[in-house]
Amino acid sequence: MAKPKVGFYWCASCGGCEEAVVDLAEAVLDVVQVVDIAFWPCATDFKRSDVEAMADGEMAACFVNGAIRSSEQQEMADLCRRKSQLLVAFGSCSHTGGVPGMANMYTRQAILEAVYTDGEFSTVNAEKAFPSAHVSRPEGQLELPTLDESVKALDQVVVVDYYLPGCPPPVKLIVEAVTAIVEGKLPPRGSVLAPDVAQCRDCPRIDSKPEEAFIKQFVRPHQIHIDPEKCFLAQGLLCLGPATRSGCDHACIKGNMPCTGCLGPLSRATDYGAAAMSAIASLVGSNDARQIGAIMDQIADPAGTFYRYSLPASQLFRRLEPAANGGQQR
Amino acid sequence: MIRQHPQVRIGVYVCHCGTNIAGTVDVMELTAFAATLPNVALAREYRYMCSDPGQELLKRDIREHHLERIVVAACSPNLHEKTFRKAAEDAGLNPFLVQMANIREHVAWVTADRELALAKAKAQVAAAVRRVVGHEPLERKFVSITPRVMVVGGGIAGIQAALTLGDSGKEVILVEREPTIGGHMAMFDKTFPTLDCAACILTPKMTAVKDHPKIRLLSLSEVAEVSGSVGNYHVKVRRKARYISEERCVGCMKCIEECVFRSPKFPNAFDQGLGLRKPVYMPFPQAVPPVPVIDAETCLWLKSGKCKQTCVTACGERNAIDFQQQDWYEEFDVGAIIVATGFRAFDPTPMRFYGYGQFPQVYSALEVERLLNAAGPTQGKVVLRDGSVPKRVGIVHCIGSRDHNYHPYCSRVCCMYSLKLAHLIKEKTGAEVTNFYIDIRAPGKAFEEFFERVQQEGVRFIRGKVGDVRPGPPDENGQPQGLVVQVDDTLRGRVTKVPVDMLVLAVALEPAEGADAVRRMFNMSCSTEGFFLEKHPKLAPVNTVNDGVFLAGACQGPKDIPDTVAQADAAAAQALALIDCARIPLEPNTAWVEAELCSGCKTCIPLCPYSAISRDPEKGVAVIDESLCKGCGTCVAACPSGAAQQHLFTDAQIYDEIEGILSYV
Repeated sequence: MAKPKVGFYWCASCGGCEEAVVDLAEAVLDVVQVVDIAFWPCATDFKRSDVEAMADGEMAACFVNGAIRSSEQQEMADLCRRKSQLLVAFGSCSHTGGVPGMANMYTRQAILEAVYTDGEFSTVNAEKAFPSAHVSRPEGQLELPTLDESVKALDQVVVVDYYLPGCPPPVKLIVEAVTAIVEGKLPPRGSVLAPDVAQCRDCPRIDSKPEEAFIKQFVRPHQIHIDPEKCFLAQGLLCLGPATRSGCDHACIKGNMPCTGCLGPLSRATDYGAAAMSAIASLVGSNDARQIGAIMDQIADPAGTFYRYSLPASQLFRRLEPAANGGQQR
Repeated sequence: MIRQHPQVRIGVYVCHCGTNIAGTVDVMELTAFAATLPNVALAREYRYMCSDPGQELLKRDIREHHLERIVVAACSPNLHEKTFRKAAEDAGLNPFLVQMANIREHVAWVTADRELALAKAKAQVAAAVRRVVGHEPLERKFVSITPRVMVVGGGIAGIQAALTLGDSGKEVILVEREPTIGGHMAMFDKTFPTLDCAACILTPKMTAVKDHPKIRLLSLSEVAEVSGSVGNYHVKVRRKARYISEERCVGCMKCIEECVFRSPKFPNAFDQGLGLRKPVYMPFPQAVPPVPVIDAETCLWLKSGKCKQTCVTACGERNAIDFQQQDWYEEFDVGAIIVATGFRAFDPTPMRFYGYGQFPQVYSALEVERLLNAAGPTQGKVVLRDGSVPKRVGIVHCIGSRDHNYHPYCSRVCCMYSLKLAHLIKEKTGAEVTNFYIDIRAPGKAFEEFFERVQQEGVRFIRGKVGDVRPGPPDENGQPQGLVVQVDDTLRGRVTKVPVDMLVLAVALEPAEGADAVRRMFNMSCSTEGFFLEKHPKLAPVNTVNDGVFLAGACQGPKDIPDTVAQADAAAAQALALIDCARIPLEPNTAWVEAELCSGCKTCIPLCPYSAISRDPEKGVAVIDESLCKGCGTCVAACPSGAAQQHLFTDAQIYDEIEGILSYV
C-alpha cells in the first residue's frame, strides 16, 4: 500500500515552525518511513503547480503554519484545503493568529507607511515606492499579491480539521499528531491536539503558589533574579500558565522563564486574552480600586502580553479604526 | 457561533401588568412576534400573569400543550421568578426550565417611546427564548439550619428581638459594642407622646436579657468576621477587655468607690460628656451587665503600671479585677442574624451659625436628654453649664435634617422629641420655651394630641429657619447675657430676634459610626444616606438582600421607639420562620468545577466570598462546596480554564442570550 502523502506549507510566519519539523531529528525519519512528503517548499523543491496538479484530497494531511494576511496566502490556504483530506493548523500563528496577529493593532495603511515611507524600518526608498497590486515596468505588467487589511487565523479563511498549537508546536505533540493521523486514531474534528488542561496541572512550581490574592507588584524578568523553584506569579512575574494549555512539558518554565501562552486557550475558554486577564487580575492583592489600578498599570503592553499569540482569534479580532475624533479621549 | 439545539416546545407569556407594561409596550405585537420565534409552540398575552388565573393559564398550557420550556415576559425576576417557577413545578415541569424576560423595569419603565420599547422588548423575549432552550432540569438541594440567632446591637431593637426569640425557646447571641446594653433609649428620661419613663419600661427588659436562660449577652464586643450563608453563618466576635471578670464580679461597686481617683475626673460618654466618671465606672446605674468597666486610656495601672491598685484590694477575695485581660475572639454558628446597630446623633458642630461648641448655652438634644434624666449628670435638673436655671429656652428643629447641605431626609422623630423636651423643660424649670420649626410632623398615634397639649401648656412656636445665633446684650459687668436667636418668622413675614438662655438643637439621626463596615461584613446594601436597605420597601421591610440577615430599628432608617419595637419583633418573626424550618432549599444556580479540566491553578480559591472553594490536595484540583456556594459566579468568570461552571449561567446559555438579543436589535 502506498504511503499516505503529507504536505507542509507556510504563510505569515517566522520559520520557527519549519524548524520544529526539522527538530523532530531522528523522529523525522520515523515520520518519513510512514508518510511521503508531497509538498514542503521550505525544505524541498516543490512548486505551486505540483500541488495544483494533484487530485483533490490527494494529500492525507497538510500542515499549514503561519497566519493569513495576503491574497497569496489566502489562495494557498484554499489550495491546500482542496488537495488535503485533513488540514492541520500548525503553530500559534495558524491556530490563533500568532505574533503577526499583533498587526491587527494597526491599520494596513499605517503598517505600510511605517515600512515604506516613514523610513523608520525600511531601507532607503528615495523614489517612495509603495506596494501596489498592479505594477508597470518597462519589461511589462506585474500582478502582485496584496496585503490584507487584517491578519487572520487559518480557520478564519478555510475549514480546519485539527490544530497543533505552540510557538512552535512541541516535538512530542507533532509526533503524536502524525502517529494519530497514520493510525487513524484522531479525536473529533476541530480538536486541538494538545492536553485540554492548563499548565498549572503538572507545573513543578505549583505548590509555591499562594492560595490568596497576593500580587502587590508586577515585575518583568529582567528586573529581578528569578527564583528557579518558586511560582513566577508569586514572584510578581506575569506567567500565563493558568490560562494556557499544557503539552510542552513546561519548556519555558523549566528554563526559568514564565509561560507566555503560546499553546493557547483551553477548549472552554472563548477568548484566550480575556481568560488570562481575568485570572491574573483576580490575583491582585488589594480591594482598593485606585490601588488595583496602579498595580495593573505596571503591566507593560497589556495587549501584547495577553493577546501575544491570539488577537485575530479573539472576540476583539482587531483594534477598531480610530474614531471620528481621531481616537482622542472624550 | 451557531449551536444546534434539540427541538423543544416553548410557551411564551407576555404580561400586561395592568398598564405598567401594556401602557408602553405593544403587548399584542410582542406576542405575535414571539409566536414566530424558533421553537415557540404557543405565545399568549395576559393582563396579570402573576395572578391566580394567570398562573392557572400557564399550568393548563403546560399540561395540554406539552410545553417543555416557559418564557414569561413580565417584571423583574426578583419579584416573580419564584411564582412562575412554582407554577411550572405544580404543572409537572422542572421549575428551572422557566426563564423571565424583564420587560417592565428594563423596558416599560425606562422609556416613553413606544417604538423603542417594542424593539427592546422583542430583543429581550428573543434572548429568553433562545436561552431557555439550553436550560437543563435542575434539582434543589437542602441544607440543615443552625437553630440559633445572632442579634447585633443591644439597643431597644436588639433587646426586643433577642427577648422575643429567647422566649420562643431559641438560643440567641446578643452582641453589643458598648459596656452596657440599652442604647440610646437608656439615655432618655421620658418617651413621647405618652411620657412613659424610659428607664421604667426599658430596664426590666435589660434585666430580662441578662437573666434569660436562652440569651447569651456579649457586651464590649464587635462582630469581626462573617462567613457562611443563610441557615449556617459562622461569626467571629471580638471580645474587648473589660479588665473585670463578668463571672466573678457581683456588682458591689467597691472598686469604683475605692479607686485611687477619689472623685470622678473624666467625661462620661454615656452622659454626652456632661458628667464625669472615674477610670473604673458604670456608664449608668442600671447598666447591664451590672459589671463595672475599666477604661485603659485613663486607668493609672493600665496606662503607666504605677498605681496602688486600691480597686484590687477592695475587690478582695472575689478577685474579679483582671489587669491581664486581653481582647479575645469567640466564634459562633448561627442560622440567622438580626442587625440592629442603631443610629448616631448628628454632630451640629460644622453648622457654625448655631454656635454649638462655641457658646456654652447651646446643647444638642441628646445632651438635654441626659440633663433631664434623674440618673444623669445633674440628677434630672435642667441647669446650664454655669449652674444657673434657664428662664428662656429655644429649641431649633431640623438640625441636619431636611437640609441639602447635610441630610435631605426627615429624621422623623425630631419634631416629637422636641415637643417632649419642650414639655419637660417647661415642667421642670417653668421657663418660656420657644420652638423654631419648619413644619411640625406629628402623624403617629396620639402625636397630634400631644402637639396640642404642648401648645396649650404655653410653649411658643415660631415657624421659620433660624438664621443666626449671637451672644446677647452685655449686662452691667459687660458680660453678654444669654443668646439672641434670629429667625425668619414666615407666618408673620418678618425677621424676629428671640433672646434665650439655653438653645437646644434637635439634631438629625444618621447612620451609626462604622455602619459601612457593618454593611460590608453582612453583605447588605444601603441607601444613599448610608442606612441599611431592606429587600423590599413594602413587602420585605426587615429582610435584606442577603438571605438570613434581617434588619431592626434605626439602622434601617430613622424611626421612633414603637416602630423600632414593632420592626424588631418582625425581624425576630422572620428569623424564627427561617430557623424553625430545620432545612432550607438551596438555589441550584451553584457553581461546580469540572475536575478533568481544572489545572489546580488556585485562581478561584481566594475569590470566593463564601469560602466555598478548597483545593483537593490529592487530585490537585479545586472543589466547590455546593452548600456554601451562593451562585455569585465570581469563580466562573475568573477560571481561565473554563473548568468552573455555573448552573443556569453556563457559557452556552449566556452566549445564547446575547445572540438572541443581537439577532433582533
